This record gives sequence, C-alpha cells and structure tokens, in this order.
Amino acid sequence: MKRVVITGAGTINALGHNVQDTWAAMKEGKSGIGALEMRDVERLAIQIGGQVKGFEPDELFNRQQIALYDRFTQFALVAARQAVAQSGLTFSGEMAAKCGVVLGTSGGGMQTLDENYRTVYEDGKNRVHPFVVPKLMNNAATSHVSMEFNLKGPSFTVATACASSNHAMSQAFQLVRSGMAPVMVTGGSESMLCFGGVKAWEGLRVMSKDGCRPFSANRNGMVQGEGAGIFVFEEYEHAKARGADILAEVAGFAMSSDASDIVMPSKQGAARAIQGALADGQINPEEVGYINAHGTGTAANDKTECAAVSTVFGKHSNNLMISSTKSMHGHLIGGTGAVELLACIMALREGVIAPTINYQEPDPECALDVVPNEAREAKVDVVLSNAFAFGGLNAVLALRAV
Amino acid sequence: MSVKDKVIAIIAEQAVLEPSDVTLESTLEDLGIDSLGLVESIFAIEEAFDISVPFNANEPTESDFDISSVASIIKGIEALVSEQA
Repeated sequence: MKRVVITGAGTINALGHNVQDTWAAMKEGKSGIGALEMRDVERLAIQIGGQVKGFEPDELFNRQQIALYDRFTQFALVAARQAVAQSGLTFSGEMAAKCGVVLGTSGGGMQTLDENYRTVYEDGKNRVHPFVVPKLMNNAATSHVSMEFNLKGPSFTVATACASSNHAMSQAFQLVRSGMAPVMVTGGSESMLCFGGVKAWEGLRVMSKDGCRPFSANRNGMVQGEGAGIFVFEEYEHAKARGADILAEVAGFAMSSDASDIVMPSKQGAARAIQGALADGQINPEEVGYINAHGTGTAANDKTECAAVSTVFGKHSNNLMISSTKSMHGHLIGGTGAVELLACIMALREGVIAPTINYQEPDPECALDVVPNEAREAKVDVVLSNAFAFGGLNAVLALRAV
Repeated sequence: MSVKDKVIAIIAEQAVLEPSDVTLESTLEDLGIDSLGLVESIFAIEEAFDISVPFNANEPTESDFDISSVASIIKGIEALVSEQA
C-alpha cells in the first residue's frame, strides 16, 4: 500500500475565500453566520446562515462558463484552483490519464433547481434555459474540475448527505493508496442556501433561529452554511520526489452504517467508524490529540457523538480536544467535511486548535474538552475528522503530521 | 369536529390507532410516536388548523408548546386557534 499525503488545499466558505483567511478566522474564533440575503427571505422561519459574501463570479468566470456553473460548481472550481496551484502540479499525458476527481455534495445544483422551479411553477413560464440539467446534476462540479485541470482518470461524485465530503475523500484516499492513481483532487461543495433549500430544512424543526452552539447546554439546533473545500491527495513518494510541500498525511479512514434510523444518530455506528479509522491507520488511541467533531449543535448529535468518543477513547477522552467549527462556518451539508478538514490541517501544521464558539453552558452529556470560545495552541500529531450523516452513514478520516 | 376531536384524529392516524384508543392522558411515547412522528403530527395539525406551532425538536421542553400528553397538546392547539381567531 502507498502512503498518501495532502499537497494542496483550497476553500471558499463564510469565514474566508481562501485557506489563509479561513484559518485566520478560525484562530480568532470569528463567526461567519449572519442574516441570510436571498429572495423571499421574509417567508422563512429560519433567517440566518453561513452565507458566502462578497463573491463575484463575473470576475472569475466568463459568460459561457457562468451559463453552465451552478453556485456549488463555482465554489468547487474556486477552491480547486487554489488547491491545484498550491500543489504545483499540472496534468498531461499519462499522468492526466491516471489522475481524477472525487467530490462530495448533497444537493448538487440546488440554486438552479430553485430558480427554475420558480420559473415554471410560480411564474407559470413553460420554457427553461437549455442548460438546467447539466447545471443542476450532482456530478457537475466534479466534471468541471476534471475539465479545467485535464484530470482524465477515475472521477465521480459521492452523495451521502452530511458525510458526502468525508466519503468522497475516503474514496480518493483509497484510489491513491491502492496505487490506482498517483494524484486525486477531492473534497466537496454545497450551496443549499436558497429559499427551497432552507424551507426544506425548516420543516424538520432542527434548525436554530439564533445561532449554532455545539455542545453548549442551551444549543437549539443547526445553522446551514455553504461553500467548498478541495484538496490534492498525492502518493507520498511522488510528492517527495518533486519536493512538494506536504501539508499532512492521510493516515486512515473508516465508514459505517447505523442501519437503524433515517435521522436519529447512533452511538454504536459513530463509535464503529471512529474505531475503524484508528485501526485502518494503525493509530494508537492515545496518539489522537484533536477531533474535529461533526458537532451540529442539535440535541441528538452532540450528546451521541460525545458518548461515542468516550466509548472509543475511554480515559484518553479527557485528554484530547474536540471542537465543532460549524459554530463558525455553519453546516455545509455535503461540503462540510472538506471545510472541516482545514481545521485538522491547521492543528497539525500551525499547532492551533480551532475553537467551538458560542459555548455558553456546560452540558453534562457533552463533558469533553470542546475548546470553548478561544483557539488554543497545542502540538498534536494525529487528528480525526468525524462526519455522521442523516441516513446513518458515517465516515471518519485520520490525518497525521508529516 | 371540535379542535379536540380533530387533534385526536391526527394523532391516532400517526399512531396507526383508532381515535377511541387515544386518551387525554396518553403520552406520545405511550402511543408509540417517535420524534419523526411528532414532527409529522405537528405538521398535520398546522395544516389542519392553518396555524404555526412553535416547536423546535432540539428543545421540546423549552418552547411554550407542551407536548407531555394528548391533553396538553390539545390545550396548546386550542390556545393557538383562539389567538388566531
């Protein structure tokens, strides 16, 4: 088996339009959550979110491209450009034929769906733009990244709701580790902050009207975000041979299914995924210094996740740090694991643990070190990133400092 | 149909029971209604009475809307319906 390392990272999310700005915001414990700006917002019961502000697609893409790119594709391309540029890689010939793209998304082109349903149902028009289908399909972002960088190898999109990005990155990891591809571009993207997207989540009554407070006893639900996180996963010897700057090693991963409930999380399912990632990476539990939690800020997730961590780590669960950066950037649904992986890389590279902001009241059912409100300097060698999706589909990644 | 009978009918349908099997003292748990069933019942009630029920699944005990028994739910709905009238 090959070793796999990360040699490029890019992002756009409510905290920043690149990795440096996102890290700076995480270090400051800044919130990217605010009042939603969209048509018909007054008809929503939930009017806050982690929206990407100041994004000017016209400056980044030409007219023909914009006609084909939903906002989730635009986010993916912006983040992929940064990641590939950082890696210093270009793809041609045999190399291009082997390297591919695996991205996660839950909703795909939700903005396109929303706009065009409006056109036919509300406005009563009988004609829509000819590119609606290629714009809204879930694999659009993957395909456009593949085209822009000439990546001609294994490429597909993974949709497992809130675990989409972690499942996608797990697949990219497998492809590089097995020797099938020397390099994979991977991560995820989501843009569900449109009227229909927020309205659908409202219906489930799990959203907070006033803020995301993971692990805090007074938490009252999740807050949606949007954006993308994209990485270059590269075979270790390949990266070393060309003198690439290695951000971190992808050490292990595991996936599990609760096989129990379509929305309620399961401690056993989460624990099996965490345990599995440690076993896969041959990681001693005591080595883990930080976990980027799924930490949605719902009553059910946070206590279940803490119980799962306690089960797996036993006494060591009191020594490790676990934070939810969703408190700052919101829940990016299918893109969330990718943006959260940045907090993991920051912990390994910069020695700074991102905080769980908005932490106000201790909850005895979440009695772990959740790095409340302020970032902390700490040297950690191994970190985990949890994602536990609706549908009971779990994926956990382990990163190691190189 | 009174508010009470209508609410009982909705809850009975959700619990796959006859309305006569739903008593005022019953809790949702007694009736086998889980969190998803509760959210669905509230939606059905909102649609039936054209009201908005202040309920967040993350803090069921903290909202003004009391779901501890069928009687308390009916009381809450009656109040919301009369407020609206």
